[in-house]
Amino acid sequence: MHGLINRSIQSFVCQTYGDDLWRRIMRHADLGYDEFESMLSYEDAITYQVLDLLGADLSRDRDDLLEDLGTYLVSHPELEGLRRLLRFAGTSYSEFLHSLDDLPDRTRLAVADLHLPRMELREHTPGQFSLTCYPGIPGFGHVIMGVLRAMADDYGALVMLQHEGQKDGVEVLSIALVDMRFAEGRQFDLGAGLAS
Amino acid sequence: MTDTPCNGAVIASDEFCRVLNLLCPMHVLLDATGHVVQVGPTLQKLRPDAPMQGRRVLELFDLQRPRRVSSMADLHAIAGQKLHLEMRDAPHTRLKGVLAPLPSGGGAVINLSFGISVLDAVRDYALTSADFAATDLTMEMLYLVEAKSAAMEASRQLNQRLQGAKIAAEEQAFTDTLTGLKNRRALDYILDRLCHDHVPFTLMHLDLDYFKAVNDTHGHAAGDHVLQQAARAMLGQIRKNDIVARVGGDEFILLLLDLDDRAVLDGIAERVIGRIEEPVPFNGKSCRISASIGIAFWSPEACLSPAELIEQADMALYAAKDAGRAQHRFYDSGAGAQTAAE
Repeated sequence: MHGLINRSIQSFVCQTYGDDLWRRIMRHADLGYDEFESMLSYEDAITYQVLDLLGADLSRDRDDLLEDLGTYLVSHPELEGLRRLLRFAGTSYSEFLHSLDDLPDRTRLAVADLHLPRMELREHTPGQFSLTCYPGIPGFGHVIMGVLRAMADDYGALVMLQHEGQKDGVEVLSIALVDMRFAEGRQFDLGAGLAS
Repeated sequence: MTDTPCNGAVIASDEFCRVLNLLCPMHVLLDATGHVVQVGPTLQKLRPDAPMQGRRVLELFDLQRPRRVSSMADLHAIAGQKLHLEMRDAPHTRLKGVLAPLPSGGGAVINLSFGISVLDAVRDYALTSADFAATDLTMEMLYLVEAKSAAMEASRQLNQRLQGAKIAAEEQAFTDTLTGLKNRRALDYILDRLCHDHVPFTLMHLDLDYFKAVNDTHGHAAGDHVLQQAARAMLGQIRKNDIVARVGGDEFILLLLDLDDRAVLDGIAERVIGRIEEPVPFNGKSCRISASIGIAFWSPEACLSPAELIEQADMALYAAKDAGRAQHRFYDSGAGAQTAAE
């Protein structure tokens, strides 16, 4: 698993539940280190071991944790950079949804060895979408659920999201875009991310 | 539908003007006299309070390359070439452009872009994605700039942490990387342990003679090789539990545990010096050095600190050096002076 993903989980746990919980989890995991490096690579099993220990400690479902992780990635001020990168994808929530097909390619442009599962958006009726997440990272669909939820807030859109389960590693989300301009949304100042 | 767009001069149809605005939001439409008939919405956004329409294009923009262009005829002459322009008033945003003559009427279109100055322009003029043509790659470029900065920052932090970890590891290391002997840090630790555990031992402070000459004459690689051979010579003359540490560039300390027999120590010191004096071949040359040794004893009764003990060995070492090097001396506690071994 790419270190960025593990590091995100670490950051999510530390910011949401505190450093003590993180240290406890890593002690239990007994990996010989207690921090992930975002630019290194790790065995996939390590990621899921940490997630399972976390779920057990918090008595929470792994899927729920992953969705919270997705929300955290977009909404926490410390990760403003990531929200901005996602906002580059489109000026409206609907454009953003349509850009998800490109997300793995966009990601690889930024970090060449970070491979995200392929995604495919289908619009069944106006405002009614389904997003298929192809295999690659088990549970990825739940993270995307959290991301979609938080990005809806970001764009000021009102959406209803549902994870329709997974089959052979393929996860399907259903997305009902109720109102594109439900709320004000957050500003996206194009020049704000550029060093002056 | 009339053919009188913008400010009255019949240069292009309304449809054509709309097409220009859609495809080239940073265009300037010129009439036959070089006056601006229409300006793209993004370009006008750079000067929201100063309408460009009606002004001479060369008053608005300084054409930096190609030079010596002052009339509409000059402009027509450079049609199709890449133009480098700068806005005449501040901020002097640099622009790139190309001019295409209109099919009739003597007018022309100049399409402009920010080129590499787009990063500044986006900030200076608060541009949004709506200000760029749908096919423009600027948004992708801005995305890449931010993504790469974030990735570089992550890499930079990793490098910093690795550097810190390397320094910490070096600080905690007990081994001299060149010779594989113990280092000063390890020696201090062992000396403390021995004193604490009341283990009697003898300390030899060994300093290589003529080593600098090898370094100066044959280079550092030869010097390093000689140091490694000297380390091997010392290790060959001590017992399994004794300790050799490299404590300086060409300085070593040997700890011989439970051994204070001067005759035995004489033998060890002489053999170590003898082995070190054996010529060391290196790249077809022969390197020759020697060594001087100062020897001091530690016993639980003497109540010496490690620092005091090393100082005594130092005094004996200086005596050996003063006596002409390539020999050893014992520290004599009674006289505070040093006695020759021989």
